[in-house]
Amino acid sequence: MIDKRMTVDDIVDQLSDGMTIGIGGWATRRKPMALIRAIARSNLKDLTVMAGYGGMDIGLLAATGKIRKLVFAFASLDHYPLEPHFRNARQAGSFEVLELDEGMYHWGLRAGAMKLPFLPTRVGIGTDIITQDGFDFKFVKSPYEDGEEFVAMPALVPDIALIHAHRSDERGNLLTLSVDSLFDELLVRAAKKSFATVEKIVPTAQLDMKKNSRYNLVERAMITGVAEAPLGAHPSSAAPDYQLDLKHIKTYVESAASPEAWAEYKAKYIDVSEADYQAAIGGADAVKQLPVPIY
Amino acid sequence: MTQNSYSLAELVIAACAEVWRDDGEVMATGIGPLPRIGAGLAKLSFAPAIQTTDGEAWYTSEPVGPGKRTAEPEFEGIANYDRVFSALWSGRRHALVGPVQIDRYGQANISVIGDHKKPKAAMLGARGFPGNSISHPNSFFFPNHNKRAFVEGEVDFVCMAGYNPARYRNGGPPKGLDLRRIITNLCVMDFGGPDHQIRVISLHPGVTFEEVQDNTGFPLAKISDEIPTTPAPTAEQLELIAKIDPNNVRATVFKDNPAGDRRAA
Repeated sequence: MIDKRMTVDDIVDQLSDGMTIGIGGWATRRKPMALIRAIARSNLKDLTVMAGYGGMDIGLLAATGKIRKLVFAFASLDHYPLEPHFRNARQAGSFEVLELDEGMYHWGLRAGAMKLPFLPTRVGIGTDIITQDGFDFKFVKSPYEDGEEFVAMPALVPDIALIHAHRSDERGNLLTLSVDSLFDELLVRAAKKSFATVEKIVPTAQLDMKKNSRYNLVERAMITGVAEAPLGAHPSSAAPDYQLDLKHIKTYVESAASPEAWAEYKAKYIDVSEADYQAAIGGADAVKQLPVPIY
Repeated sequence: MTQNSYSLAELVIAACAEVWRDDGEVMATGIGPLPRIGAGLAKLSFAPAIQTTDGEAWYTSEPVGPGKRTAEPEFEGIANYDRVFSALWSGRRHALVGPVQIDRYGQANISVIGDHKKPKAAMLGARGFPGNSISHPNSFFFPNHNKRAFVEGEVDFVCMAGYNPARYRNGGPPKGLDLRRIITNLCVMDFGGPDHQIRVISLHPGVTFEEVQDNTGFPLAKISDEIPTTPAPTAEQLELIAKIDPNNVRATVFKDNPAGDRRAA
């Protein structure tokens, strides 16, 4: 029998200094935060972080000094538009950046997933995206009669992708039950290896795959390992299981105000076990009662 | 006073709505309360074919205003991010967005103020601005028309392409570039001057061209020697605006929620 079950710490043990890590989710949706907290606690350093649609994942890794280079299109907490720890780190010049358009990031993952070196796009033309120091963008001319010149968006190929899903069986058959599966499928296909945390590992029959087929993210061959991490996306959302925690996000935002505030946040919410983290945020029942947010 | 008692926010909403008037069946995205209410106003009056969303993942039958909702709206389609990219690349979208800076070419910035490597202020990042700018029509809203927003040189980091020949690659403006209107607290502008020069097409009541020019970092064109006054919202429009925005979020956008007609005082 194939059994891909691991723990969150087992997954983090697969990472090493200098690696390129791709992170799934979108801003305040389905971020693999239990994994991010574990990386933040680890001795890992000099990571290239690919988080096109970033939120607290970028912020926490920035605040704990894990990032050597960031590949992204934005960092935002939606209701708090500016990610405060990302902001502090950027303004201190703490890491290199390659800033992309959201669609270019998608296109780069698509190229990676298709094992192509690049895909042509008009996106980036006329902007500073293609003139920044982070990457030497090349151009490609259409071989057909139109002869138009395009940006050659390079493939994005993380060494390891990290995502959070709702359900899995022990073989890594995943369900992402939220309305929007985001770009996690492409991220997984682009990466050399992918690991998922899930709210719950269940027997295959309980995935009810016939009913849930449209939520089946990707074939299991693309998933190297899966760890059960209840509330593993908190404080981002894993709707419909639970919504984002605006009150906690406010606490997090305030932790960027001073080194003291950050030390207090880190001691209470990062440098603790997931069990203690869950206790600190009020427990699973409280998280499951969080109201549906308005965007 | 009752007849022309409307706020600056309501005047701006009516002006925002106008950007979608002739667009047909497109996705209408208004970022921020006034553009969002403006899209709703267009949909409920002269542009019923446009599609608007709940701000998250669904197209809704009726426009959804900002803030708390009394009931779940009726969903008419899904607008997950993958589909939004597909829709925007097709060109069938018109976005009305609020950048931090814009320059004489219409190049817009939401990424950083200062040097990109070590910015004085890091903001959002380019988000979808580069792709939006060369895929579908775009318009802009600026709540504070001043020289920090309407900058003298180029914006600090060009997120959205504009009519800047120095950056053209195929011998002309990027294919798909279609900048439409700029609505501010002072006036409405478009890109209809010579060589796409930004041009004032209407002044809000009580505002002069000189005032607009003094608050802009580059020379502006005029639609005519006598610049028209931005039309006041009609009684019907004010009713629709109140219906779309029962939370009165529009009253919180401008400090002290000023009157739309500044000649009144």
